[in-house]
Amino acid sequence: MNDAAPTTEINLTTADGVPLKVSLRRAQRRNKIKALMLVAPLFVFLLVAFILPILDMLTRSVDNPEVITYMPLTSQALVKWDGTGLPDEAVFAAAVQDLAKGSRERTIGHVASRLNYEIGGMRSLVMKSARKARKMTDAPYKEALLKADKRWKNPDVWLLIQRESAPYTLSYYLSAIDLKYASDGSIVSKPEHMEIYVNLFVRTLWMSALITFLCLLLGYPVAFLLANLPMRQANLLMILVLLPFWTSMLVRTTTWIAILQSQGVLNDILVASGLLSDDNRLQMIYNKTGTVIAMTHILLPFMVLPLYSVMKTIPPTYMRAARSLGATAMTAFRRVYFPQTLAGIGAGSILVFILSIGYYITPALVGGQSGRFITNFIAYHMQQSLNWGLAAAIGSLLLGIVIALYMLYNRLVGIDNMKLG
Amino acid sequence: MAPPPYATGPERAWYYTFRFACALIFLFLIGPILVIVPLSFNAEPYFTFTKAMVELDPEGYSLRWYQNFFESQAWLGAIKNSFIVAIFSTLLATSLGTVAALGMSSRYMPYRVPIMAVLISPMIVPMIISAAGMFFFFSKYQLTQTYTGVVLAHTALGIPFVVITVTATLTGFNHSLTRAAASLGASPVRTFFKVVLPLVTPGVVSGALFAFITSFDEVVVVLFIAGPEQRTIPIQMWSGIREQISPTILAVATLLVMVSIGLLSVLELLRRRSERIRGLSPG
Repeated sequence: MNDAAPTTEINLTTADGVPLKVSLRRAQRRNKIKALMLVAPLFVFLLVAFILPILDMLTRSVDNPEVITYMPLTSQALVKWDGTGLPDEAVFAAAVQDLAKGSRERTIGHVASRLNYEIGGMRSLVMKSARKARKMTDAPYKEALLKADKRWKNPDVWLLIQRESAPYTLSYYLSAIDLKYASDGSIVSKPEHMEIYVNLFVRTLWMSALITFLCLLLGYPVAFLLANLPMRQANLLMILVLLPFWTSMLVRTTTWIAILQSQGVLNDILVASGLLSDDNRLQMIYNKTGTVIAMTHILLPFMVLPLYSVMKTIPPTYMRAARSLGATAMTAFRRVYFPQTLAGIGAGSILVFILSIGYYITPALVGGQSGRFITNFIAYHMQQSLNWGLAAAIGSLLLGIVIALYMLYNRLVGIDNMKLG
Repeated sequence: MAPPPYATGPERAWYYTFRFACALIFLFLIGPILVIVPLSFNAEPYFTFTKAMVELDPEGYSLRWYQNFFESQAWLGAIKNSFIVAIFSTLLATSLGTVAALGMSSRYMPYRVPIMAVLISPMIVPMIISAAGMFFFFSKYQLTQTYTGVVLAHTALGIPFVVITVTATLTGFNHSLTRAAASLGASPVRTFFKVVLPLVTPGVVSGALFAFITSFDEVVVVLFIAGPEQRTIPIQMWSGIREQISPTILAVATLLVMVSIGLLSVLELLRRRSERIRGLSPG
């Protein structure tokens, strides 16, 4: 802004003789760089504190370092194996050496857990054999290892170790969609009793759709009322929408526990008013119902606010014009008002849906068994089963869905137009 | 408000039905928050209204859960931690975010849309995914179980709110003012502090409040990357709800509702003030 202002001489040069075009371009470039420099610190900060962590999670979902790091000799020896019958003595010798070393250095547990994700029972086989391998000092190692545990006679075990010797794997992603590698390397579906994640994804999407629909159903009339009331009254009622929006969601989840639990406020009221007998109290929490009620309450303001800001821009004269031209109230609403609110419906619905599928706290606290979301399994694998690769794979799939919806939102609304409160 | 005088019978009926339905929805929104306030004064360790409470017997009410709260070392430590983390991450997010918003609202900003998408992403990415990623990444640099780690994480989560609110304020900003300041001989820094900042202050403060409340309420990331030293109020509530649910939680919840009422009032005042300054409302 403090650049030399281009003058309007006839030969179109600035005061110091530089052609106007060049001077203008230079000034614009300087402004561009200035704007970029202002954004740079924040961009770098987010890159380090947010984007890199997300990328770290994405790489972890395909990272497969255990076998190749802690059983290096075996991995190398198995490269040449053609996969038929049992491997030869050289592979067994390498395996015994790796197992013994892993047992001494206490690193073999990593390999044992990694292989156990693929075939149940591998943990005990590896751990037990590793202990025994420390005493195997003489050839032939093949005989010794087979004697230590006859499960080593199964070629599937060796095929598994060979497959997991690769530095990267897709097996976490396969697990996340209920598939697995068969021993010959082809991809098959898991046995039925172990299929959980596809159902969970479907349930998460379905319940989020239900919550979004309920938010729309409840939010539309409220936004309509707020947009059409006189300013003073609308501002007062707006507080009723904004206060829940600003209240901690843990507080709101807690209140729903207090209200809905079987000894809670709502059941007590129903029993006291005689609508319900005391031994017949409704189970409204720690199941799907509880999750849907609490999450609809928590996400409702995110629907009302975008709807309100769209409805606020619709001139009330349109409806009056339609009525004066002979449309019934219903027709005027359906043909004139409603189509103009579609942008708000799209914005609010996508926002609520995105927030809903990624919600963790509320389903974890009030969802019980049947109301759990896919996020609860990410947390479970992060904190309890410690299968971080699987947690990362499920997380990456969820992230993919969210990013797709975010791009749709961007196309519909434009993130530049995002407003708060 | 009554229906317009020309409304027909069914229209009147619909008008009142609609109002009634809206009243029920507002009750759904605000009712739960109002219910816990009296419940937190329960004299008994129950989550429901006792007979004495319904009969408005003073015996039915007590402050014991508030006393519990203010005498508990765990809760007091959590309050301290929550404020430390929220204040530092708010300062960081607000300063970085305001400067960036100045750049983002410039006419000359290249690649605005993709950059904005990145700046807003912490708000869109599910919290559990951010938490998992930060846990993996921060643990490589020994940042988990430290205050620094939690502050950095919360700064990242608060940034989108600051960027959005300040950018929104700046789009209505009249740039001839900065040119006027420059023509009168003010340096760019002086112009920023004397002209730009006073005008965008409402946006900056509401962005800061958003960042503060984001950090103050955040559970998932703290759950993953904080150690026992960094327990915040939400973590304390989370474990309280999961393990031994006692009405102390309701007392805390009531206090937090008071905090949000305070924040909401400040925001409303700011909004009115900025509308008045910009001549959008008569004041």
